[in-house]
Amino acid sequence: MGSREHSMGADDATGSPDRHHSEVTLRVNGKPHTLIVDHRSVLLDVLRERLDLVGAKKGCDHGQCGACTVLVDGRRVNGCLLPAVALDGCDITTVEGLAAGAAGATGEELHPLQRAFVERDAFQCGYCTPGQICSAVGAIAEAEAGHPSHVTDPEAPSGQPVPLGPDEIRERLSGNLCRCGAYPNIVRAVEDVIR
Amino acid sequence: MKPYAYARAGSVEEAAELYAAHPGARYLGGGTNLVDLMKLGVEEPAALVDVSRLPLDTVDELPDGSLRIGATVRNSDLAAHPTVRDRYPALSQAVLAGASGQLRNAATTGGNLLQRTRCPYFQDTDEPCNKRAPGSGCGARDGVHRDHAVLGHSPQCIATHPSDMAVALAALDADVELYGADGPRIVPVAEFHRLPGDHPEQDTVIRPGELITGVLLPAAGAGLPSLYRKARDRASYAFALASVAAVIGVEGGVVRHAGIAFGGLAHRPWRARQAEQALLGAAPTTAAFERAADLELAAAEPLRDNAYKIRLARNLAVDVLERLVPPAAT
Ligand SMILES: Cc1cc2nc3c(=O)[nH]c(=O)nc-3n(C[C@H](O)[C@H](O)[C@H](O)COP(=O)(O)OP(=O)(O)OC[C@H]3O[C@@H](n4cnc5c(N)ncnc54)[C@H](O)[C@@H]3O)c2cc1C
Ligand code: SF4
Ligand code: FES
Ligand code: FES
Repeated sequence: MGSREHSMGADDATGSPDRHHSEVTLRVNGKPHTLIVDHRSVLLDVLRERLDLVGAKKGCDHGQCGACTVLVDGRRVNGCLLPAVALDGCDITTVEGLAAGAAGATGEELHPLQRAFVERDAFQCGYCTPGQICSAVGAIAEAEAGHPSHVTDPEAPSGQPVPLGPDEIRERLSGNLCRCGAYPNIVRAVEDVIR
Repeated sequence: MKPYAYARAGSVEEAAELYAAHPGARYLGGGTNLVDLMKLGVEEPAALVDVSRLPLDTVDELPDGSLRIGATVRNSDLAAHPTVRDRYPALSQAVLAGASGQLRNAATTGGNLLQRTRCPYFQDTDEPCNKRAPGSGCGARDGVHRDHAVLGHSPQCIATHPSDMAVALAALDADVELYGADGPRIVPVAEFHRLPGDHPEQDTVIRPGELITGVLLPAAGAGLPSLYRKARDRASYAFALASVAAVIGVEGGVVRHAGIAFGGLAHRPWRARQAEQALLGAAPTTAAFERAADLELAAAEPLRDNAYKIRLARNLAVDVLERLVPPAAT
């Protein structure tokens, strides 16, 4: 599906704004990057091909698998469906930016979810893992902010944090597919962190 | 993908002007449907007019007790809004039954209403499809159509509208607020999407260049019990095979208010007016619910492989109504 468009326009590192290109500033993992992007480039391609951040993966390129999940202004989104030009001025966090003291600092310490994924062996090939972890970071924040899910009791008081049991975790992470079927341990890893 | 121009609108008026100034333009909301279709070659806009940052991102209570949802309110924020959850629970439930957490964070109210069908022939530019390429034929009619329409379809097109949110809005008597060259206008959600007829390329009654600015939920019906239930192939993250949204008010042992809409059955959210009429003034019993659902679905014209939807929709409707009015309360 749609593979002919892969990497379209994401390689023109130079050039100036014109009808089909614009300058954008993206703050990625705390560091601002100003670059000229082809309007067709989606965030995922800019991260991987222009900024060398290859943690976020391209699975389906159509919003169906979640491998490309990153956080934009703290909210999890699919990087494959967002034109980078529309994100001018946004704060972006990728899996590379989750560890404390990331971006090359010494004494880098894994994010609790990263640690839990390692401890629980929550992956096999690892291709879906960066997306799973970013998605879980976003999902935990959503639950804390009182966002319900499809499986939340409709009688639960609105505006209150939603406790995350296994059913809630499964539902909230359903946008992240794992072809290796590591789901049981992914759910356990997330449970470890929220406990 | 063909190269395209990009412009970000700062106001509703500017959005309409930018659209007019760029022939072949499309509005960009969250992009979760439009960008997907551009990657597939189904959409080939010459320009994107970005409306995702318009100051239409709030849910506001109006003096008359109605609720106004701005067009750029993200689906996740709409579903989590305390007033929406408390007064229009079916709307929150419908939004949460669709797509994924990531997609709902990006998707907007306006874009959700205007998302295109998931018919696989529509999405594949090598296949015939009257909706994508008028006059090319309908690949689904004699092809794979298990997910397609059983109500209101035409020889030209048997597609369904995929939105869960729109089904709840139709049952709740919501209106769509539009802004175009002729100024603002309002269209009921239940009349916003069209039946395919001879023009399946037109999903809705929106005019070229018109912008959705918001959705209005009426005060009448606010706080009545309402519910959304969706049947799908997986427990999560799949489009509806059939779904039902219903809001019901019972007083003195009889039904005084009924709003019922089906999803997954037609080219638009199917407002079940006949079923509602049958229920008004009647006692809310299981037998009455069954009669009402059967009456509405009597017009169904299933295709070779989707007759299952009729029974599925009927049972969903009866179940939802029973949950809303438990036998003990009648
Ligand atoms: C894998 C996947 C699964 C999904 N599952 C479901 C599901 O189960 N249920 C469901 O309901 N949906 C589902 N969706 C669809 C999703 O809900 C829609 O893609 C989303 O709601 C579209 O909103 P958007 O803001 O991203 O729209 P966009 O993609 O930005 O726009 C969609 C259309 O609306 C137009 N538009 C946008 N905003 C405006 C405006 N304000 N005024 C006028 N025109 C406008 C655009 O020009 C475009 O034609 C799924 C999508 C994906 C990719
Ligand atoms: S059902 Fe409609 S959308 Fe699908 S192939 Fe036929 S004409 Fe196209
Ligand atoms: S690559 Fe973005 S969802 Fe699959
Ligand atoms: S670990 Fe292989 S896809 Fe998830």
